[in-house]
Amino acid sequence: MKKTFVALLLAVALTLTMACGAFAEDAAAVKVGLIGPMTGAAASYGTSVAQGAELAVSEVNALGGVQIELNVQDDQHDPETSINAYNALWDWGAQMIIGTVTTGPCIAVGAEAYNDRMFMLTPSASSTDVTADKDNVYQLCFTDPVMGSSAAQYIVDNGLSNAVAVIYNNADTYSTGIYQAFKSTAAELGLTIVSETTFTDDTTDFSVQLTEAREAGADLIFLPIYYTPASMIFQQADAMGYAPAYVGVDGMDGILNIEGFDTSLAEGVVLLTPFSAAATDDLTVNFVSKYNELYGANPDQFAADGYDCVYALYAAINNAGITAETSPEDACDMLIAAMQELDVTGVTGEMTWDATGAVTKTPRVVRIENGTYVSVE
Amino acid sequence: MKLKKSTINNLISYGIVIAAFIICQSMVSAGIMSRSLRGQLVPICVYIVMAVSLNLTVGISGELSLGHAGFMSVGAFSGIVAVAWLESLIPADAQTTSLLANDTVRLLLGMVVGGVFAGIAGVIVGVPVLRLRGDYLAIVTLAFGEIIRNVINCLYVSVDSGRVYIALDNLDMLGEIVVNGPAGTRGVSRISTFAVGFALVLFTLFVVLNLINSRSGRAIMACRDSRIAAESVGINVTKYRMMAFVTSAVLAGMAGTLFGLNLSSSVTASKFDFNTSILVLVFVVLGGIGNIWGSIIAAALLTVLPELLREFNDYRMLVYAIVLILVMLMTNTPAARAFFARILPRRRGNDGKGGEAA
Amino acid sequence: MTLFLERIISGINLGSIYAIIALGYTMVYGIARMLNFAHGDVIMIGAYICFVAIGSLSLPPLVGVLLAVAVCTILGVVIERLAYRPLRQSASLAVLITAIGVSYLLQNLAQLIWTADTKSFPPLVQTVIEQAAVTLGLATPEEIAASPNFGSIVISANLRISGTTIVTILANILIMIGLTLFTGHTKTGKAMRAVSEDRGAAELMGISVNRTIALTFAIGSALAAIAGVLLCSTYQALQPTTGSMPGIKAFTAAVFGGIGSIPGAMIGGILLGIIEILGNGYVSTQLGDAFVFAVLIVVLLVKPTGLLGKKVSEKV
Repeated sequence: MKKTFVALLLAVALTLTMACGAFAEDAAAVKVGLIGPMTGAAASYGTSVAQGAELAVSEVNALGGVQIELNVQDDQHDPETSINAYNALWDWGAQMIIGTVTTGPCIAVGAEAYNDRMFMLTPSASSTDVTADKDNVYQLCFTDPVMGSSAAQYIVDNGLSNAVAVIYNNADTYSTGIYQAFKSTAAELGLTIVSETTFTDDTTDFSVQLTEAREAGADLIFLPIYYTPASMIFQQADAMGYAPAYVGVDGMDGILNIEGFDTSLAEGVVLLTPFSAAATDDLTVNFVSKYNELYGANPDQFAADGYDCVYALYAAINNAGITAETSPEDACDMLIAAMQELDVTGVTGEMTWDATGAVTKTPRVVRIENGTYVSVE
Repeated sequence: MKLKKSTINNLISYGIVIAAFIICQSMVSAGIMSRSLRGQLVPICVYIVMAVSLNLTVGISGELSLGHAGFMSVGAFSGIVAVAWLESLIPADAQTTSLLANDTVRLLLGMVVGGVFAGIAGVIVGVPVLRLRGDYLAIVTLAFGEIIRNVINCLYVSVDSGRVYIALDNLDMLGEIVVNGPAGTRGVSRISTFAVGFALVLFTLFVVLNLINSRSGRAIMACRDSRIAAESVGINVTKYRMMAFVTSAVLAGMAGTLFGLNLSSSVTASKFDFNTSILVLVFVVLGGIGNIWGSIIAAALLTVLPELLREFNDYRMLVYAIVLILVMLMTNTPAARAFFARILPRRRGNDGKGGEAA
Repeated sequence: MTLFLERIISGINLGSIYAIIALGYTMVYGIARMLNFAHGDVIMIGAYICFVAIGSLSLPPLVGVLLAVAVCTILGVVIERLAYRPLRQSASLAVLITAIGVSYLLQNLAQLIWTADTKSFPPLVQTVIEQAAVTLGLATPEEIAASPNFGSIVISANLRISGTTIVTILANILIMIGLTLFTGHTKTGKAMRAVSEDRGAAELMGISVNRTIALTFAIGSALAAIAGVLLCSTYQALQPTTGSMPGIKAFTAAVFGGIGSIPGAMIGGILLGIIEILGNGYVSTQLGDAFVFAVLIVVLLVKPTGLLGKKVSEKV
């Protein structure tokens, strides 16, 4: 016991010594915390958001007005760790939070923030549970029901299919939320869903889901899922010799950025997303080129959400007159008032907010042609 | 004479825990504890109970279990449902200040329910598992842990004016959904407190230390050290192994309830996966197998460690891994042992531990 | 019926991957008597090395595989030397925890080096089959371009065994035979068996236990690299966490077949794959894993040392 104890003490002492002097405080800046998964299985989403947000902060600070200091904390896509990250940011003196990136942790942290009166703007946690009964949590992304019903509407309006299959991630709130909205809208519009299959975060073999869809005679598969499983589904369907049409949602954006991905497999895939790196407006062109310069890759929708979060907050901070001295509680009330007045145009489109915290913006429909995104009107 | 000595040692153990609680609580009251650390107090209690209870299986009873988080999961979900159900009988408080507030009563009842359900799971798992040995036993506990996780992932539970509904999908469910399949719990009020956590730690210590020092405890250790010898003197090996296993499961279930009610939502079955079982096993091994105090200290320090490492940002989990490997090497190699033996005066261990035999 | 057969084939496909990972697991367990939980992460490292070699460095596929094998072999030996050998005399649990530490370390290192973004591994085995066919004059490049999934055995429209699966199974059988011959008939192999039977006695016979175990890790890690390449050629998404779940499943497969038994690992792996796919298909896609583990428990209750495991008599 003694030796263990000493060893543990040594280890802790070691880390504490190494940890010293890591804070460089800038008194004049508004302190913004960012929470998201930076390690673990969901790390790519969190790091994208953080990179987008860091780029936006450097641009905003270069304007010379209100300065923003950003502190990024890792939550490993785990509610428990996410609350720890939130507490660490609270200790640091954060005045508002960008986050959290993923839905489950966001609901847990949102409850804490509600009690503390800390303002939160989540870039990508899209469930309606995130904002329900909390006046201090705002979303920058579409809610899942909006996404799901727009997708069903789009399929019906364009007469894309008579027999739709859905493959969704049952372990993921985002995926399940879109699926449920899609299903109810499909029922209203008379769109037939012939096969509904699920998978979990650990699934790598989609043969069962794909054969079910094929046996049911589906000519279109709706994929309310992220791009990593989607890439595996495209590859395995291709290997099976099954070639349905695919419709995806904003989580699918990023599939063309996967290093080594054979983009011909995603040819013709239609996705509903607020952001497209191929868009030619000045904002997007500037964002994409700077992001490429800094991180050597095209930004995905998560990076765009992080980028827009900072600009939306910056506008709200300026309108509300928040300074480095404003307490988090005051900042929360001021931001809640300011957000509802706000009308900003970012790389994910023009956004306004209502009192529930949900955003209003229009999804763009994008088709993948010749390995790039092409806007569809 | 011997019994008396162990009683004194136990009393010292309780005293140290109580002192630690008083110190922490007064630091909280005085406002000198950082919010980060305050947020860690309940998780520390949870993981201490998890580690001590797993130590009962791994150290005292000598069975390697890789599915301890499964019992935590059963306890967490049954406890949360029980607390949600009790809300119609015992309404939530407006202000939680007094020690015996309604929330605390519900939490305690929830922990009892969590413990009972985890105990039942322990019996169900224990009957087949305890027929196996060594690594095969380990893989079967792992398998049960994964089965529990998969099954709970498919369950939807709602509570409607005193009735509990369980279904396999969440369409057309009556009342308020409490467990929403893979998305986990929702709409639960966060009622776990450090005081209750501390009480659970004390209760766990009381149960485990008394068990170790009892006739049954000695029988359990005899089965661990030599099954054949134990059998030959008439000890019912299966009964005693089962006793240790189920006790351990009950305590893990209670810790699970405490853990589940420390988050207002999003407690998912996938949280209690193989990695969580391993995490608890790390506490036990690092603290010394069979060494109760080692488990407590290791659980507390290793729960806080990743938070202390936040300054490293991207390198956080890397540093954690390196610290873990180095500590294992430092505490287990003969050279390092000799080094520590040289720099530290020898002192005989006297805290009622069950030896460090694996 | 076709659907059932199709599922069986998918199951063999998945199972042949588990089998090849399980071979490495069972090898290390049999000789070093330790559960090397970092094995799954060595697989992931192997896949990344191969990915970088043929992607960024544009090396030919086979060179990429060889490079992955070389790097993993060295990595395995280094891990054994630095993290496991100092604990040779300690409790087996101490080694287990260190292996978990190594697993975290490899995952986080991979994330720092290659970022957490998904990489799409090329269908390497398919490419090799096509190149080999051209080199051997079995087909012209035009024929290959005209027939997607060249090299697969087509039974009917929906029933086909892909070339990658065939190669994986062949690799499995070759490795299994190779390992059986090696451990059975060479001097070093016999030394390995001696170490696994009785470490102390082997040492007295002049066998260097350290060298033998280091060699075991070298072989196990080389197999891990091959497994990584085959895993990612079939399921093409590569992330720092790619190795962990297949690692646990393969460990289960190794136990299923009887841990320490080389043919057992192969049979266990393939059966596990089939059970998983049938469970997914006929029970529920949510409960496929639960089904796998339930079957494992039943098998272990009937045969406590796995399908082909040796009955170990208890020493008093």
